[in-house]
Amino acid sequence: MDMPTPNPEVLAKKGRVVSRLRQVLPADAVISDEAETRAYECDALTAYRCPPLAAVLPASTEEVAAVLKICHDENVPVVPRGAGTSLAGGSMPTADSIILGVARMTEVLETDYENRFIRVQTGRTNLSVSGAVEEDGFFYAPDPSSQLACAIAGNIAMNSGGAHCLKYGVTTNNLMGVTMVTMDGEIMEIGGAHLDAGGLDLLGVICGSEGQLGVVTEATLRILHKPEGARPVLMGFDSNEVAGQCVSDIIKAGILPVAIEFMDRPCIRATEDFAKAGYPDCEALLIIEVEGSDQEIDAQLERILAIARTHNPVELRESSSTEESARIWLGRKSAFGAMGQINDYMCLDGTIPVSQLPYVLRRIGELSKDYGLDVGNVFHAGDGNMHPLILFDANKPGDLEKCEAFGADILRLCVEVGGCLTGEHGVGIEKRDLMVDQYAAADLDIQMAVKDVFDPKWLLNPAKVFPLQSSEPRRMAAE
Amino acid sequence: MMTPASEAETAEMVASTKSALLIQGGGTRNIGAQNIGTPFSTAALSGVRLYEPGALTIVAGAGTPMAEIEATLASESQRLAFEPVDHRGVLGTNGTPTIGGAVAANVSGPRRIQAGACRDSLLGVRFVDGAGRILKNGGRVMKNVTGYDLVKLMAGSWGTLGVLTEVSLKVQAIPEAAGTVTLRGLDATAATKAMSAALGSPYDVSGAAHLPVGKDGTAVTMIRVEGLETSVAYRTEKLKAMLASTGADIEITHDAATAAQAWAWVRDVTPFHNGAGDVWRISVKPTDGPQVVAAIEARAPGAQVIYDWGGGLIWVEVTADTDVRALVSQGHATLMRASDATKDRLGVFQPEPAPLAALSAGLRTKFDPRSILNPGLME
Ligand SMILES: Cc1cc2nc3c(=O)[nH]c(=O)nc-3n(C[C@H](O)[C@H](O)[C@H](O)COP(=O)(O)OP(=O)(O)OC[C@H]3O[C@@H](n4cnc5c(N)ncnc54)[C@H](O)[C@@H]3O)c2cc1C
Repeated sequence: MDMPTPNPEVLAKKGRVVSRLRQVLPADAVISDEAETRAYECDALTAYRCPPLAAVLPASTEEVAAVLKICHDENVPVVPRGAGTSLAGGSMPTADSIILGVARMTEVLETDYENRFIRVQTGRTNLSVSGAVEEDGFFYAPDPSSQLACAIAGNIAMNSGGAHCLKYGVTTNNLMGVTMVTMDGEIMEIGGAHLDAGGLDLLGVICGSEGQLGVVTEATLRILHKPEGARPVLMGFDSNEVAGQCVSDIIKAGILPVAIEFMDRPCIRATEDFAKAGYPDCEALLIIEVEGSDQEIDAQLERILAIARTHNPVELRESSSTEESARIWLGRKSAFGAMGQINDYMCLDGTIPVSQLPYVLRRIGELSKDYGLDVGNVFHAGDGNMHPLILFDANKPGDLEKCEAFGADILRLCVEVGGCLTGEHGVGIEKRDLMVDQYAAADLDIQMAVKDVFDPKWLLNPAKVFPLQSSEPRRMAAE
Repeated sequence: MMTPASEAETAEMVASTKSALLIQGGGTRNIGAQNIGTPFSTAALSGVRLYEPGALTIVAGAGTPMAEIEATLASESQRLAFEPVDHRGVLGTNGTPTIGGAVAANVSGPRRIQAGACRDSLLGVRFVDGAGRILKNGGRVMKNVTGYDLVKLMAGSWGTLGVLTEVSLKVQAIPEAAGTVTLRGLDATAATKAMSAALGSPYDVSGAAHLPVGKDGTAVTMIRVEGLETSVAYRTEKLKAMLASTGADIEITHDAATAAQAWAWVRDVTPFHNGAGDVWRISVKPTDGPQVVAAIEARAPGAQVIYDWGGGLIWVEVTADTDVRALVSQGHATLMRASDATKDRLGVFQPEPAPLAALSAGLRTKFDPRSILNPGLME
């Protein structure tokens, strides 16, 4: 992975920058010792590592603003960081950057059930947002699988999704407002407890901007009352085509499950060996979950099962207890762990039009043979967001590169059939250089022009999202 | 009037124009003050380009009539989730509402509180910026975080950042049943409480509106649920029981035609059609609504209001030239209908706080360096 050469001027003034930062933050909030900065050298894309110049852990919006003013003044790049669970290298530092972590900002600032929102500091983890309102029957809908660890800050920056986004949408659909600090240290409120923007939808462009437009310190999030109940059903089919057709028929029939998850044979086998969930031995498996009262669930499942039966499933498994429901979900929830048990893996995240599912799975199978690397598919079928998991051996020279080339081919395939490079994990450094496959030069230029407006010096998370070649003139001009 | 026949022609015309352009779809949502510039119509960029009912997606030229989109979707028992408003009645315009116009104005009806705004259904855009460049962002798939989300930025940008040429949208199936729980006689505060309770319930409410003066002259609060028949029957009964403590007279309607008419009445702001007063559209935190309205009534006696979105959206009809915006401290107010003089004096859009105004102005300069696309409309 190419990264720009660290700015020698910045490296040379580390001492001065750190001492300026110490003037505005408590002693334990500035980490400059080389052994300690290692804790921030990577995110969940662990193949790439680089310790930062220093890391800071401010405790308030004002402290964030003070840090940014100094870095702006000194021309030091800043990499915002939530919990560091990005799979795209979004929070990976560069050697000349300061990591600005919001991990100490975890307060709930306001809970309002009548108006259905919660306002939190963005270092708070996703799960603990729901945790704060759970006793009163409410929840925050977007639920990435990493929800125990990942922070709202990262969710907003990546516009993260979750298993239930088919019904509830992704982060951007549940985000009402933010407090943000721009690189020059200016604090601003965007959106709030009311709906939609009065002017341009700046909130819409901030969400998903991967930490490149500003540091988000507080967020107003929509909360909902929990449904009365939820129940999954599992179905097995003897081909990916048929499973894909079944998904399409259910959607067309006007039923909106909260989740439709898909696993293919390699993935089913791996999870069976690992979690022993008792999944059928078949080509493709669907887990479909619906919500409501018991009678509502029965009515929806009756429709879904009737559609499934027209596709000759090899297995239809209903649940009549929480234990049985948990068993249905068990294999799906341990899919990543199971694959990790076999080997190192790389998790992709392209989205395709659901109609292209059978074709894309067939092509992935062919590519897998060409590259000699196994791949398992587990994904959100209702919205076409795929997660092919490519297995490789990190200790075998050349295997990572081969895996990356295979991954790039799959993502290009997603674009080719009308989809995109990333459905929820973000571009980061991982997909940065593939952006030219999805966007023409002018399309990238207008996106970079947005960054020019928010961060004219290109100091926030500068080497991410855009191909280095495309962003080079701007980064150079800024230096 | 310039009417390009293709995206390429749109780009050529924009690039070569020497004067400001007044971008319009069907011209039915023309809320700008001066309306300066040469009319520039997207009407010929029309037609459904791709429709995949099984993937819940439709792609269409920006100038495609709304009616055509709706008919295409209805043929597969589908619809646009955000329940777009038809502005002709309230704004006194005629013309053919287009999908591009709905997107450019981020127009969302009662279902906004459940299914999201127009911007939440929008998957991708193609547009021509003020320099005449053909650009795209997003795509036609449901989940897409590839690069910055300019799709959201274009929704609600009222043609000031670019001329939309093509949009792709997520659609939804028309549920088999809908039911409305109607409460009569509540004042605004009690109605807001009732709507909050309903929206804070597990019953997945898809509409919550309050008319202080309903069709029959009494106050009416309406709460809608949609879904399978069994579900709607169950949920409306649950809501009725839950709201019994309001003391209001409560009734449940399952008749589809009556319900559709009642909700269209709210959606299209029918009570204010053909009126003489100014019309404001205000977005607030729902529980702030009644106080905001009380302040408006104190300043302009006789003001008429409609609450939608559980009280979060307030339509107001007031005596001409009343500065309603000054009475809204949190949220925003748009002056939808007024004389040009009033629009000039009060501004159509809510002024943004200085740091946001600077960002918005910066974006406009990048997207429209010559300031030719609906200049001044949003400022
Ligand atoms: C096991 C596992 C499962 C996962 N499952 C899912 C899933 O189901 N769905 C999904 O969408 N993702 C998933 N992810 C990816 C990841 O968890 C998400 O991208 C998450 O939102 C990242 O949050 P974070 O707090 O860890 O962010 P970080 O990794 O710290 O940062 C992510 C990005 O956000 C920026 N950022 C951080 N804080 C701020 C701030 N305050 N202001 C501005 N920008 C900021 C960073 O610069 C970076 O670009 C998974 C990851 C793992 C490891």
